[in-house]
Order: sequence, then structure tokens, then C-alpha cells
Amino acid sequence: MAFLHDMRFRAYFYQIVAIGFVALIGWTMFSTASGNLAKQNIATGFDFLTRPAGFVITESAIAFEQTDTVGRAILVGIANTVKVSLLAAIFGTVLGLGVGIARLSHNPLLARLALVYVELLRNVPLLLYLFLWYSLIILILPPVKQALHLLPGVYLSNSGLVVPAALVESGGLALLACLLGGAVAALVIRIISTRRRVTTGQSNHGGLIALAVLVLPALLLWLANGVAVSWDFPTAGKFRLTGGLHVRPEFVALLFGLALSVSANVAEIVRAGIQAVNKGQWEASAALGLSRGKAMRLVVLPQALRIIIPPLTNTYLTVFKNSSLAIAIGYPDLVMVSNTVMNQTGQAIETIAIFMGVYLTLSIAISLLMNWYNAHVALRER
Amino acid sequence: MKQALLSIFAAALGLAAAGSASAATTLETVKARGKLVCGVSLATPGFAAPDDKGRMQGFDADICRSIAAAVFGDGDKVEFVPTNINTRFQALQSGEIDVLSRQTTHTFSRDASLGLDFGPTVFYDGQGLMVPKSLGVTSAKELTEAAICTLPGTTTAQNISDFFAAIKGKFELVVFESPDENRAAFFSGRCEAITSDRSDLASIRAVANNPDDYVVLPDTISKEPLAPAFRQNDSQWGDIVSWSVWMLMAAEEKGITQANVDEKLKSEDPDVQRMLGATEELGKMLGLDNKWGYNIVKSVGNYGEVFERNVGQGTKLGMTRGPNALWNAGGLIYSPPIR
Repeated sequence: MAFLHDMRFRAYFYQIVAIGFVALIGWTMFSTASGNLAKQNIATGFDFLTRPAGFVITESAIAFEQTDTVGRAILVGIANTVKVSLLAAIFGTVLGLGVGIARLSHNPLLARLALVYVELLRNVPLLLYLFLWYSLIILILPPVKQALHLLPGVYLSNSGLVVPAALVESGGLALLACLLGGAVAALVIRIISTRRRVTTGQSNHGGLIALAVLVLPALLLWLANGVAVSWDFPTAGKFRLTGGLHVRPEFVALLFGLALSVSANVAEIVRAGIQAVNKGQWEASAALGLSRGKAMRLVVLPQALRIIIPPLTNTYLTVFKNSSLAIAIGYPDLVMVSNTVMNQTGQAIETIAIFMGVYLTLSIAISLLMNWYNAHVALRER
Repeated sequence: MKQALLSIFAAALGLAAAGSASAATTLETVKARGKLVCGVSLATPGFAAPDDKGRMQGFDADICRSIAAAVFGDGDKVEFVPTNINTRFQALQSGEIDVLSRQTTHTFSRDASLGLDFGPTVFYDGQGLMVPKSLGVTSAKELTEAAICTLPGTTTAQNISDFFAAIKGKFELVVFESPDENRAAFFSGRCEAITSDRSDLASIRAVANNPDDYVVLPDTISKEPLAPAFRQNDSQWGDIVSWSVWMLMAAEEKGITQANVDEKLKSEDPDVQRMLGATEELGKMLGLDNKWGYNIVKSVGNYGEVFERNVGQGTKLGMTRGPNALWNAGGLIYSPPIR
């Protein structure tokens, strides 16, 4: 019976017992719930996913018709959620990086403004901001009949922004190939130039060359009329503008609200990260003759990044989960579509289980991705 | 640690046991509690909304009161629980409420798959569309390409989708979770039209800055018979809910009102005597007081009075009886004989 005294065996044993208990509790709850539902003659199961949805979703990142299945409707909701969260995370990070650096500026006006920005956004619930942005959009902008005509084909009203849509008729593949090839070449050039800078100590123009390689082929193709594009201009219909590309106010208000909330959090994380870098690094950079901007970009920020990544993961998870506030202002995200489904089928438990599962899966995916990136940039101590 | 695990396990077992222990009938539960718990809408003027004294007013609220009057002889022994449109059926299934009186449409799939039953239709409604008068639209068919605001609940989104699919028209659907945002978006011009049950549209119109600027289109694109719902497999309780509603209708047919119910007790009409419990013992058959009918009319009046008081011509909603008139006045309101 010596294994009973083995620390490692006991550690595993207790963990297995704990997991067993959790599983047992979960199973008991599940079987009780399904037993009670069956007793009350309430339909269960996931058959409803293959039934036709029967409702329309106006804003969808993937094609959706009324006759498509309930499952596809939920997929549209997932796509819409991912779309708005991803864009909000990108815009919010760029904006937040700027604001975070501005917080540490030697210019008192800029630093205070950044402080006010951060505190205003951090200390009021996001839901209220969403109501505010949405109300501002629909109350301040004119109805679609009196839409502001900003540029030829560009209209702004409380039904959103309408711009001409570009339809690529030919040469689309060539353009894509130019862009992709340019991107790969630019990446290679950048890696080579960085390596050369590190070995020789000479700064070179690798960044500029990479940019040129990225942009020039596509630009040349365009100038040589290699791409034929037809423009779909919006025209005034009976009630609203038809044709063109519509950016709806619900989407804008949600994107705006989420991106601003991300930027305020990112700004604080960036500020804390930069401040956590030893002051000696600044002094050493100054001693080497680096300007303050270069010292920030080349010395301090790369080190701050290691501190920034873990809390940044939290911010990205938060924005993803916060996107479910979309329901308040009419953007058809996962929760909104699920609610409509729930109402038509009455199968609340299954529908909620689906959307909780989706949030859980995607959140864990974000965490894994960020942890991988963190491990990639983390300081390797030898 | 071990004790904590044990207690969690015990809790899980308790949970399992709780599911099987619900033997008491709804009537017994309600009587033991001393009040009826009734699920109503979240602040919908005309159907269920608190007045300035905090008293719940409205058509649906009065249906609850009539059931309470039948059970307790006092229409005020009701606790009103405002229910969310998405969780209303769960509230009923779980036993949180005894009856759901919440502008709820009686449909096949709800009846068949949600473990509940519906009482008699208390309000014949239909989905309609409301537009600003300035839009110059006279029929819903002219609304192709328009943006239409609605709530995610009920079958509204599906009905409007079906309507436009049938006339092969495209439209933009904007769905709001909150009724306030839905109204605000419509009034600000984000949507050309708003769609809901006609009774609900009347309620939305009533809160506009200038109700006369808006018009409910004549098209009715769906049938929405609104009925109270109760849990399945308790026919005694189902009978009480149904006959309380029918009593309101029968009282109107017989001309019994809140004001004259005391005189009517002495009526020579054998039907009226039976209804008010002056003769025979009909109430006992339902497990109720013999004067259940008298108590209902004394508490809330008859069907016509309930209608006119809450949603009729004299109110902000200004609805006409239409299909909700008595059967002998060209409507659909018809009670089986109370004998």
C-alpha cells in the first residue's frame, strides 16, 4: 500500500475525485432538468436547428435567406458577433496605444486630456454609452428622406451611412495575388533588414522598402487598368436608398462603444506597462544618443509588450463578451438571433446552451492564441 | 474539504428530489398562499401598467383580478409579476406564476410543446403596422424596401417576414430587445414603420408626443388570439381560469354590471340566478365559493366594462370593439352556457 503515501499518486487521486464530483453534479442537474421537462411535456433536443428559420436578418456577415435553417441563423449571429468584436479590438488597440502613450506625455495638456478620456470611459457602464451613441445617431442625424449628401454617392442619415459599392468585374484574382505576394515579400525584406541591422549596427531603410514592395505591384496593376471595377451607386428608392454599401447605425453605435471601451482599458495597460520598464532603460537609451521617440519605439515598448500581453488578453475577452450588449440597440448578434429562435421554438435551455458553448469556445480560443503570443514574446531567461 | 464536497453532493441530490415533489394542485397552492400570482406584461399601457398610485391597471390585469375574485371573493388578492417576453413561459412552467395573462397568442406549437394550456381567447388581436401619417402610405403592401422596427419576441418577426415573402418584396428588419428603444427608433424616423399586435400598436401610439401624427394601417397580417395560459395536467385549475373569463362574457350578455350586480341577485332570470350563485351550487363543482360569479362581476365588472375601461374609446388607446364585440352584436366573444 506504499502508493497511498506517494505524493504524486495522491495529488492525481484528489484531482480525479474532484473532477468526478463536478461531473456527477453536472449530470444530476442535466438529468433532473430533462426529466422534469419530459414530465411537463416540454419538447427537448436539437431538432429545431434544421427547421426553416422563417425570419429575416437584415445585417449579416454571411448570406442568409428567410428559408434557411435555424442553425444557419445562429451561424449568422456568430459571424456578426465575431465581426464586430474583431473590428472593435483592432480599432480599440490602436487608439488605446496612442492614448496610453499620451498619458505619459511631457505635455501637460495632452497628458490630462488622455487622463480625462480614460476616466470618462472606464467609469460609466458600457451599456449606457451604447444607448448614448445610438440615441445620438438616430436623434441628431436626419431621417433618410433628408439624408446629408456628403460626396457624390455618399449619404449620411439616421439609417446609417451609404457609400458606393465597388464590384470587381475582372482582374480581381490578379489584384489579390499582387497584394498577397507583396505582403509575403515585404515580410521577408523586413526580417532580412532587421537581421542586418542587428549584425552591422547600421540602420537601413528596410521598413520603407517593405512598404513599397507591399503597395507598388497592386498600384501598378491598378494604373495599368488591369482591374475593371464597376461602381454600384446608391439611388433614392421609395423610402430609402437602394444599392451601394450600407453601414447601419446599430453596427456603428456598437462598434464605436466597444472600441472606445477597449481603448480606455488598453491605454491604462499600456501606461502601466511602460512605467514598469526600468527607468535605467530610458537613461541608457539617452546615453546612446537615441531620441525620446526612438527610445520609446525601439527600447521601451518592446520590453513593455511582455508586461502588456497578459492583461490585454483579458481586455479582448471582455470586448468579445460585451458584444452581447448589442441586443439593447438592435444589432443582430448571437444573443439577439438566439432570442428570436428561443421565442419561436420555446426551447430556451438548448438555445442558451448553444450560445454559452459558442462564447466559451471562442473565449478559450482567444486565450490560447494570446497565451501562445505571450510565450512567443516573453523574456527567455537563461 | 471533504465536508464541503459532501454538502455539494447533498445539494445536488436535493435538487434532483425537488423535481419530483409537487403533488399539490394549483388551487390548493393558491389558497394556501392566500393570493394569486399572475404574470403580466412589463408596463404596457392598457394591458398591464401601474397607475400613479402604484395599482396595476389594464385589461390583462383585470383578467387576473377576475380569477382572484373567483378563488378568494376579493379581486385584489393578486400579486402581479411583470414577465419578460422571453422567459414568460418558463415562469409559468417553473411554477413561479399561477397563470400567465400577458397578451400571449394562442398557437399550436406553444400549446403542444411548452407543457401548458390556453384558456378562452380574451382578446382577438392581429398583427398590424403603424406608420407616420406624413409617409402617405395606405396599405402595408406599399411598404416594400422600407425599414421596419419590431421586438424579437412572439411571432412578429416571422409574420412580417412571411408577409413580404408572399408579395415578393424586400424590407429591412430592425429588431430591438427593449420596447423603449424600439419606440424611440420608430419615432425618430430610423424605421418607416413599426409592427406589432394592433392592441400593442394602439398602446405605442398612445405614448407618442402627438398620437394624431401616426396611423395604424388597415392590413391585419396575422391572427393573434390572446389568451391566458396555465400549466398542463391540472384541469381543475384550467376550468377555474376558463370559466372566470367566460363569466365576464356571460355577464355582459345578461346585462349584469359592476353597478347593478347586487340588484341582479334578486333577478327572476334563472340563468342570472345560477351565474350569481343565488340558486344551485355551480361554484362547488369547481371547488370555489358559490358566489364566485357575483364576486367576479363585483370586482371588475363584465367583459364590456373591462374592455371600455382599459382599451376602449374613452381611453388613450381608443380601440373599437371590432371582433371583440359579443357574438350577438357581430363579434366573436361567446361564452358557453353557465348551467
